Amino acid sequence: MPAMTETRLSPIGSRALLFEARCPFDLEHQQRFWALAEEAAQWPGVREAIPGMTNLMLLMDRVPIDIETLAHNLAILWRGGARKQVDGRLVEVDITYGGEGGLHLREVSELTGLTVDQIVEIHSRTDYVVFAVGSHAGYCYLGGLDPRLETPRRQNPLPRLPGGSLSIAGRQTGVSASSGPSGWNTIGSTDFVFFDPSRAPASLLAPGDRIRFKPAGVIA
Amino acid sequence: MIEVLAIPPLATVQDLGRDGLWSQGLGRAGAMDSLAHSVANLLLGNAPEAATIEIPLTPAKFRFCADMAFAVAGASCGVRLDGRALPRVWAGNARAGQVLELGTITEGARVYLAMPHGIDVPEVLGSRSTQLREAFGGLEGRVLAPGDKLAPAGTMERMLPESGLSCALPPLRSQPDAAITVRALASAEYESFTESSREAFWTTSYTVTPQSNRQGYRLVGEPLDRTPGDELRSHGIAPGIVQVPGGGQPIIQLADSATMGGYPKIAAIIEPDLWRIAQARPGDQLRFVEASLDQAARAGDEQERWLTNLDAQLSRTIAQQMSWS
Repeated sequence: MPAMTETRLSPIGSRALLFEARCPFDLEHQQRFWALAEEAAQWPGVREAIPGMTNLMLLMDRVPIDIETLAHNLAILWRGGARKQVDGRLVEVDITYGGEGGLHLREVSELTGLTVDQIVEIHSRTDYVVFAVGSHAGYCYLGGLDPRLETPRRQNPLPRLPGGSLSIAGRQTGVSASSGPSGWNTIGSTDFVFFDPSRAPASLLAPGDRIRFKPAGVIA
Repeated sequence: MIEVLAIPPLATVQDLGRDGLWSQGLGRAGAMDSLAHSVANLLLGNAPEAATIEIPLTPAKFRFCADMAFAVAGASCGVRLDGRALPRVWAGNARAGQVLELGTITEGARVYLAMPHGIDVPEVLGSRSTQLREAFGGLEGRVLAPGDKLAPAGTMERMLPESGLSCALPPLRSQPDAAITVRALASAEYESFTESSREAFWTTSYTVTPQSNRQGYRLVGEPLDRTPGDELRSHGIAPGIVQVPGGGQPIIQLADSATMGGYPKIAAIIEPDLWRIAQARPGDQLRFVEASLDQAARAGDEQERWLTNLDAQLSRTIAQQMSWS
């Protein structure tokens, strides 16, 4: 694997490849990866093209012997600069900030020097764009957290955070779609269902959709 | 139908897993040892993708509620049907009331129990595999428990010889007590690891720790250090990826892997060798051998051919035995 020059394609499994490009982390560049994913998904041999956070994973039907050609084609496509602008839907998610479902709200208040009301106001003011879906089923990586809400990850991750937990860490925020471990700071909860296997598609949101958090209650 | 009398805590119904839902964040799930799973199915004349029961570690016990054919394959665990010892890999007929016991595992980590046409559980999103985190698929989206009853999805078409049908699995290790060898591709951040770490990765063994399950195995061995670079942005990951978090000890993501992650990746285990990791137990040693994509492709083809040949050979064996009886 050569060091990343402008773009790089690396095997991350027998039939899984990761395409990365040196670029800023913002919506404009994310839109370029959405465009890339849409195009690459049509290529023969590509089973699925999954956008990450300004990167792209390709799952292949067979082990790709000639990744040079693939790397070349992806690099050309990337340099083309096409963006996919998604007119996604806006989903409102009711959140109870604090209380049992938002165990770390007080701590976040201490860490940021903001009052609980300020945190709720700042966090729920923005519409967050779904940059990517993954980690666990229906989980959305969101862009657009206000830098004033930046906090470090927790030293001791929780082994089992319930589904519907709203958390923040670094410059990211998100709502867990099912119960699992978490090292983020949990500030609220919702009973919103992000993934339902009986629904088609099962994942409620896709890249380009937006989430607006609506404070349904604040338990300080 | 069989009734579960005793079962270890993490037994689940699995097939070859779900494809095509990565972009919705849903991983593949499926049998950890797809090879033993497929062999158990082939012995009964099932398609390789029919659902089986995956039984990890400790003893298990089942009672047959009706006359029924079944097959077992995988870890070596002293299989007994009403006290009669059976080969490690075996298909045959049980009568109503008989008890199937899987004893303590002496080598390997998982046993697969197959029934004619697979285990009868509903297909959800294209598969019968249990998604443990999302709690659907398999039997009610959960691990099996004593008292559960599982039925075959169909009746047996293949006539099994009275003495049953057996075959050999590829050996887990080259010799007893040797490390389990798996082939791996250098992955995205490989070059950013120090030269001595890269050498240690390919030349020393890594021990499987008890923090190992269907999601992934945590290993311990020579620490893998890397020249610190930019924090990685979250990206898609797939089963087999070997991640190295800050502490320098590798984690291999497996069947219930997350679909995205952000740790540096030193290597990726090739798919046809993932079954070996599935059969490794805490305390077992793993050794990594560097492979190219070309070798990964050939190893995959070889494994497919091995299964095709086995299927043909089983059909011939049955035809011969039937013509003699």
